[in-house]
Amino acid sequence: MLQMLKELIEYRDLTMMLTLRDLRVRYKQAAMGFLWAIFMPIVAVCAGILIKKAMAVVSQHPLDAQGIISISVKVLPWTFFISSIRFSVQSLVGNGDLVTKIYFPRAVLVLSSILACLFDFSVAVCVLVILLTIFKVGLSIYLFWLPLLIILLFLYTFGLGLLLSAANLFYRDIKYVVEIILMFGIFFTPVFYSAAAFGRWKPLMLLNPLGSILEEIDRVVVLHQMPDTLWIIYAILTSLAAFVIGVIVFHNTEPYFAENI
Amino acid sequence: MKYVLEFDHVWKKFKKGEKLNSLRDAIPHLFKQDDKNIPLQDLEFWAVKDVSFNIEKGDVVGIMGANGAGKSTVLKLLSRIMIPNRGSMKINGRLSALIEVTAGFHPELTGRENVYLNATILGMRKKEIDNKFDEIVDFSGVKEFIDTPVKRYSSGMYSRLGFSVAAHMDPDILLIDEVLSVGDISFQAKCAQKIRDLLSCGATIVLVSHQLDMIQSLCKRVILLQNGEVTKDGPAELVIPHYQNIVFKKKEDDLRNKMKSMDGRVGVDTRSLVDIVHVDLKKNYGYREKINITLEYATRENEKIDHPIFNLDIVRADCVHCCSSRTDILGIKIDSIQGKGKVEIDLGENMLAPGIYMVKFSIWDKEMIHPYIIHNKEVIRVEIDGLSNHSDIVFLPEVKWKF
Repeated sequence: MLQMLKELIEYRDLTMMLTLRDLRVRYKQAAMGFLWAIFMPIVAVCAGILIKKAMAVVSQHPLDAQGIISISVKVLPWTFFISSIRFSVQSLVGNGDLVTKIYFPRAVLVLSSILACLFDFSVAVCVLVILLTIFKVGLSIYLFWLPLLIILLFLYTFGLGLLLSAANLFYRDIKYVVEIILMFGIFFTPVFYSAAAFGRWKPLMLLNPLGSILEEIDRVVVLHQMPDTLWIIYAILTSLAAFVIGVIVFHNTEPYFAENI
Repeated sequence: MKYVLEFDHVWKKFKKGEKLNSLRDAIPHLFKQDDKNIPLQDLEFWAVKDVSFNIEKGDVVGIMGANGAGKSTVLKLLSRIMIPNRGSMKINGRLSALIEVTAGFHPELTGRENVYLNATILGMRKKEIDNKFDEIVDFSGVKEFIDTPVKRYSSGMYSRLGFSVAAHMDPDILLIDEVLSVGDISFQAKCAQKIRDLLSCGATIVLVSHQLDMIQSLCKRVILLQNGEVTKDGPAELVIPHYQNIVFKKKEDDLRNKMKSMDGRVGVDTRSLVDIVHVDLKKNYGYREKINITLEYATRENEKIDHPIFNLDIVRADCVHCCSSRTDILGIKIDSIQGKGKVEIDLGENMLAPGIYMVKFSIWDKEMIHPYIIHNKEVIRVEIDGLSNHSDIVFLPEVKWKF
């Protein structure tokens, strides 16, 4: 495993180059240009507001501004996650020519497709920061937790991306399964609502590692609270586990990629 | 002496057909790395069988073999794209493989972007590329279009740019697989020159090619693969004739098969009036060896045929009609044939170039309209000691020059 990470670092130039390639291709001959980076979050936030409004009508509470801000904050990591998974599942098969013709650590392909999404994510974050300032969300000491949470999100995404891309190489229907899960995943993840809304079923929502990461992000950014100790430990353990399992499976199957693609 | 490449009893198996492992079989595989000594299962075959060789620094080694002999698999194993099922290999040095030079290209990106991308994929650092960029572009000859997306390139420009990138790396070990056949003649000459330059810098090169002259002019040592096994390994001038033998053998078989299928089709009049009972002809002829053929025929049911014409053609394996001889043109008058008979044909000294030839006999009526029989089952092989691989020449006449 360490050997694979070392190789990844050794091939950082290639990772950068492939990330650049993905970005260039995405923004070249594109009608929307950089709007693309915030297009999906905007659509998702609109959908979130609609659902929030519906819930407010049903429960006869007024629609609170803070809820909408929470949605916007949680939507960005969520869109980062699903677009990363979507691109990385395809990353090995889509670059089949490279996989069968040239040697380099294949994880570079997965990593670069995630990094390209991370770029979009950063663009969207910049826009979000402006919005948060306008809405006077303010800062707090708990923001120092944010980098850790983003690293966890990244590790979780990377691990899952490695696992799924390798699986998709051997079994091509994996990408359809993943697509369906991603499409409806938003209903199983506390993005549009907070896990607390489920009362005593709350832990069930947080069992999804992505759910607990999103909730903690919401806590430190919007609510200005200390992360929940239990769930942040859970998030750390599950993300690390996903990462380690992803790396091990990928590393052990890598030699068979070229002949099975 | 330390070897840069060591290949130690390497085995590699592939699967035929489309069948995939089921998930149930595959999951245990994930966690156990070595499946050594697992016997061949259904539909599996060894693409590389017990191949061993060592290559010293600065060597240029050619790998030859008929299609499907396992050449590309060996290269893929060397370049670590695949791992062997058994055996081990060692690589000492920076290795780069020109297996398909345009594999890293993305059609939407411009030439410039692709040069950077492809060079990085092949293992160059950004700084190195910056330094060599102009050289690469000049070499490829697509300078005008370097800022155009490569999807608008012609296929020649595409592969030339690809090769130029690959040719400008400074690897310790270079693996080349048939990529030199891109571009026109002048570009190919440039490529060969580039390889010689690399050689003089002390690089080690492993070259896979069918182009005999290329192998001959570049390689000192040739490894001959046949059905996944090393059948010959030695100096080029010893191994290349062996390779030609294999190719000839294959051509010969092809020709025989072709003739077999032709036999069935000719049957306009299957009840031929004459049978060719026996042909006395050797299988192999050397240069300037006398060719004497004895032909025995028999007319069917002792029928009498008036004024027949005997004809002999020699056709090379690639359907080039090399020579022909007709009795009527030579002014030989045959009144009639009846029953068994014998013809002696003296072709003189053999001047045919090495290759596979079909000797075709036919007997016609006096107007040369209707054949009584066409006999095209005889195949001869011409071999010449000392190598001559200009496979497109037909005759080697004895030429004397006077000045």
